[in-house]
Amino acid sequence: MNNARRVALKTTGAFATLVSLGLITQSQAHAAMDRAGFDIKTMADAVKALGGTAANSDQVTVVAPDIAENGAVVPVGATSKIPNTTEIYLIVEKNPTPMAAGFKIPAGTAADVQTRLKMGQSSNVFAVVKADGKLFSAFKETKVTLGGCGG
Amino acid sequence: MADPMRIRAAVAGDETTVRVLMSHIMEPGTRRDAAGALIPGHFIRDVEATHNGKVVLEAAFSGAVAQNPFLSFKFKGGAKGDKVVVKWVDNKGDTRTDEAVIA
Repeated sequence: MNNARRVALKTTGAFATLVSLGLITQSQAHAAMDRAGFDIKTMADAVKALGGTAANSDQVTVVAPDIAENGAVVPVGATSKIPNTTEIYLIVEKNPTPMAAGFKIPAGTAADVQTRLKMGQSSNVFAVVKADGKLFSAFKETKVTLGGCGG
Repeated sequence: MADPMRIRAAVAGDETTVRVLMSHIMEPGTRRDAAGALIPGHFIRDVEATHNGKVVLEAAFSGAVAQNPFLSFKFKGGAKGDKVVVKWVDNKGDTRTDEAVIA
């Protein structure tokens, strides 16, 4: 009898631990950045979601190939020479959801990031940067010979 | 649990270059399988890199980032032997944290 009670107590204890673990993971899964632009289907609306319109700037550079053979892996990077650049967004104009990635640049980190994106078809690749609350952009045309978004 | 990340961090002058290769399928959620049903999206949402407890880069990814995402960035103030910690969270709540020593 006593043994059975002990087993029952142990089981409830284990359950409580599991629940508390579950709660911890939930609170950790917070969104670090504003993701408003990521579900938007058009390029213009995506830039609007970042806060208005972006002015063209020759201080912003998009690093992308002229021709990408495989749209599933296109090396894309962006650099900004504008002081106080705090955010960089990479936007592929003709993708189903143009906004591909966003970066937050704290003080001390160079406004120079590189990653690899998927591209569904040949498109302009935009880099939109936020500096002192204003938006600046630059783009580069990349031709894709084999799309990477499936269909 | 996902495979470990490959992280390389090297200091040159006053700048530290960090290169990260994450292991993730990055399913965009727009593809269809042979039967025509949508394959649900499964991709990394947030990436955070810290150096000595200070955040040096935050990134938000969508399904449009390529499979096994690569990320490269530079920050000032790193020294040889310091640790760089990178953590990602995907849209299913999976997470992985790895660290590398600056060379």
